[in-house]
Amino acid sequence: MTHPLSPPPKKNPQKRSVSPTRPPEVRSRAALHLTAAAAEGRFALQRCADCGKVQYPPRDACSACLSTDLPWQDMAPGGTLIAETTVQTSPRLYFRERMPWRAGTVQLDAGPTVLAHIHGDVKRHARVRVTVRLDQAGQGVLVALPETDTPNMEDDPLMRALSADPKHRRVLITDARSAQAPALARALQKAGAAIIFAGEPESWRPYPQRAELEALGVQILPMDVTDTASVQKLAGEIGGKTDILINTARFLRPGGVLDRGDTGFARDELEVNYLGLMRLAQAFGPAMCARASDGVNAAAAWVNLLSVGALSNARPFGAYSASQAGAYSLSQSLRAEFRPSGLRVMNVFFGPTEEDDWYQPLPPPRVTASALARSVVDGLQRGLEDVWCGDIAQDLRDRFRRDPKVLEREMTLGGEGA
Amino acid sequence: MARPTSYEGVALVAPFSTPYQRYSIDTAHHWIATALRGSLRAAGLKPGDLDGFEVASFTLFPDTAVGLTQHLGLCPRWLDHIPMGGASAGVALRRAARAVQAGDAEIIACVAGDTNHIDSFRQLLSSFSRFAMDASYPYGYGGPNASFALLTDRYMTEYGATREDFGRLCVAQRANALKNPNAVMKKPLTMEQYLGARPIADPIALFDCVMPCAGAEAFLVMSEDRARALNLPYARLAGAIERHNAHADDPIQLRGGWTMDVDVLWDQAGMAPQEMDLVQTYDDYPVISMMQIEDLGFCAKGEAPAFLRDKDLTVAGDFPHNTSGGQLSGGQAGAAGGFIGMVEAIRQVTGQAGGTQVPGAEHALVSGFGMINFDRGLCSSAAVLTTGARA
Repeated sequence: MTHPLSPPPKKNPQKRSVSPTRPPEVRSRAALHLTAAAAEGRFALQRCADCGKVQYPPRDACSACLSTDLPWQDMAPGGTLIAETTVQTSPRLYFRERMPWRAGTVQLDAGPTVLAHIHGDVKRHARVRVTVRLDQAGQGVLVALPETDTPNMEDDPLMRALSADPKHRRVLITDARSAQAPALARALQKAGAAIIFAGEPESWRPYPQRAELEALGVQILPMDVTDTASVQKLAGEIGGKTDILINTARFLRPGGVLDRGDTGFARDELEVNYLGLMRLAQAFGPAMCARASDGVNAAAAWVNLLSVGALSNARPFGAYSASQAGAYSLSQSLRAEFRPSGLRVMNVFFGPTEEDDWYQPLPPPRVTASALARSVVDGLQRGLEDVWCGDIAQDLRDRFRRDPKVLEREMTLGGEGA
Repeated sequence: MARPTSYEGVALVAPFSTPYQRYSIDTAHHWIATALRGSLRAAGLKPGDLDGFEVASFTLFPDTAVGLTQHLGLCPRWLDHIPMGGASAGVALRRAARAVQAGDAEIIACVAGDTNHIDSFRQLLSSFSRFAMDASYPYGYGGPNASFALLTDRYMTEYGATREDFGRLCVAQRANALKNPNAVMKKPLTMEQYLGARPIADPIALFDCVMPCAGAEAFLVMSEDRARALNLPYARLAGAIERHNAHADDPIQLRGGWTMDVDVLWDQAGMAPQEMDLVQTYDDYPVISMMQIEDLGFCAKGEAPAFLRDKDLTVAGDFPHNTSGGQLSGGQAGAAGGFIGMVEAIRQVTGQAGGTQVPGAEHALVSGFGMINFDRGLCSSAAVLTTGARA
C-alpha cells in the first residue's frame, strides 16, 4: 500500500533547487502516437488493418504480414506482470536521482509484451491495468497499475512524476473575476490543494463571487493580466511557490469583423487572451520551470482554459475565436519552451459556458463551471495535455480531426438568402 | 531443413587477443589495428597479403569497414561489416569460410574491437536501436542490465534457478581468468562475495555483469592448404549455424535461435555435445550461458542449473567453460566480446592457450548471442571447431 504523502515541509532557502533532469525524450515518429494517446489519457496501440495483429514497439510495417497500414486503436488495458526488475543504477541522471526504479515485462491481453513502469502496489506476477502517461520529458510511457485501485495510489512518487496532481500543491487562479473561479477553487480544495491564490484585477469594482472565494479561504491578491507591472509584482511575491497556474483570465464579446465596426473589443481580446497569457508566462514561467524537479511537490503544470473556437472559428464569436486561436498557438510555443524543465502545459478546451452572460443567445448544451472545474482537476490528476470538456468541445474536436475544411465550411455557412 | 554443405578445407589460424583496458584514450581504429597486426605477425603475413577483411565494432563511428580499409591501408577484394555484437564471431566465420571455399578471397582477417572512453558506454546505449529508444530506455534506463534482469527473473521463476546456480558459473570463470594474463579481473572471487555483491538491477548484482572495456580480438581464415604451406597451427570448422529473431511470439526470452538449428549443427559436425572438450558460451550474463547450454543440447530446457551443479567448470574440470575467463572476468571489449570465445577456442584446439590450456583439447563448441534490440537478444550463432594442426 502506498504511504500517503505528507504536506511538504517549508523549503530551506539555503538549499539549492534541484536542476531539472529528464528521462529520454528521443522517439521515432511512430512512437509519438503513443504520446498523442497519452496526451488525452487513452491507452492505444497499433493494430494491423490487414491481419489484425497488435504491434509493440511501434512499427512502420506489420511484423506478421508486412502491411504498412497500422492505425492506432484503443486497447483493453488488462495484462499480467511476467517479470520484473528493480533498477539500482543507471547512467541516466533522471533515473539515477530517483533510484531504485521498478520496471517490468507485462504480457497484455491484447497480444504483445511490453516493458512498463510498475506501480509500487503491484504484486509480483499479478494482474495489472496498463495505462499511458506523459513523463517528465513530455513523452508517452506505459505504466502498470494494480488491477483495482489501492489507497493513496496516486501518492506513489512514480505517479507524482507522471501527473500534476493538485494534492499538497499551491495553485494560482489568475483571474478571480472569472465566472468559473469559485467552482475551480472548490474542486481544487477538494483535490487537496495546499493553498489557492487568485489574482484580482480592478479591486475597487465589486463582483458577486468575491465573498464565495473568501469563504473558501482563497488568498485574493491584486493582479491584472493587462498590466505588466502588476503581473510582475505578484510573480515576485508568489512565483516561487506557484506549483500550478490556471489562467482563467479572458475577455469575451460577440461579433466578427463587420458587425463591430472598430477594433476596440479586438484590442481588449488580444490584451487579455493573448498578451495576458504572454505576460503571465514571462513573469511566472521562469520560476515555475526552475522548480519543476523539486521533489514530489514540484511545480507541475500550466493550465490554459481555451474556447474550442481556437481550433476552427466559431461565429458569432468570430473575433474572440481569433484571439483564442492566438492563445492556443502561443500555448504550443510555451510547451516547447517549458519542455526542457518538465513543466507541463495543459489546454482545456470548452464550448459556450453556462455562467458567462455573453453566451445567452446561444442554444444549449452549455458547459457549467463545475463541469469545467472537474475536467481541470481530472486532467491534472492524470497528467493530460489536451482536455475536451463538454459535448460541444468533443464534437468539434472529432469533426476537426475528420476534416478541418469541412468543419470550416459548416461553421461559416451564410444562411439561406431570399 | 537440408544439411548445408561442409566447411571442409577451411582453416582458422593466428588467434590474437590484445590485453584489455578498463578505459582507453585510444580509438576503435587503434585497437582493431593492434589486433590485426598481432594476428598477421603470428601468421608471418603482411597487410598486403590480405584479400578479405571482416570487422565487428560499435565505436568506429563515423567509419565502417570501408573507412578502415583506407585508414589501415588494406586493399581487400572481399569486405564485410558485422553489426551483430555477441553473435558476430560465428556469423563472421560462416561468411569468411564460404568466401574462402568459393575462392572469392584467399586470406580473410576477422577482427572485432572497440574502445571504451569514460562516457562511451552511455553514448553507445543512447543510440543502440530504435525499439530500445522507443520502448526500453524510457523505463528506468537500466541498459542491458535491466533487460537481462527481466530475463533472469523469469528464468528463475520458471525453472527454479537460484543465485547460487549463477554464482557457481561466475566463480569458476574467475578462477579461469586468473590463469589468463590478459584478463581485466585479477582477484579471486568467492561465492560469498558473489552473493553479497552490490545490486545492479534485481536479481542481477555486480558479478553477474561484465566490465565494459577496450580491446580487440582477431583471427585469420584461409584454406587448409595455405595454412599448411605457411606451417601454421590451425583449427577446422566442423559445423556452424546462425539465426535471427527466433521465437518472436515467446512473451519473454527463455530460449534462443539455437533451438531452431541445433540438430543441423551436430549433424553437420558429425558429433554430439558430450564429445566437446570445452565450451565457450556468450556470457554477458550467466543466465544466457545457461540458456545456450540447454539450447545447444547439453541438457534439457530448464535443467542447466541442475546439470552444472555437479560439474567443474574450470580449465582443469570435467566441463571446461569459458576457459579464458569469458567476458564476466576477462572484460567485455564491445564487439570483441563476441569474439573472445572464438579466439580462445582456436587457441585451445591448436594447443596455444598457454596457462588456460585444456590438456589435449580437440573439440570445442563456441556459441554467440547478440543484440538486445528491445526485450531480447536477436542474434544467435554457434560453431564446432576441431583440431587441424597443433602448435
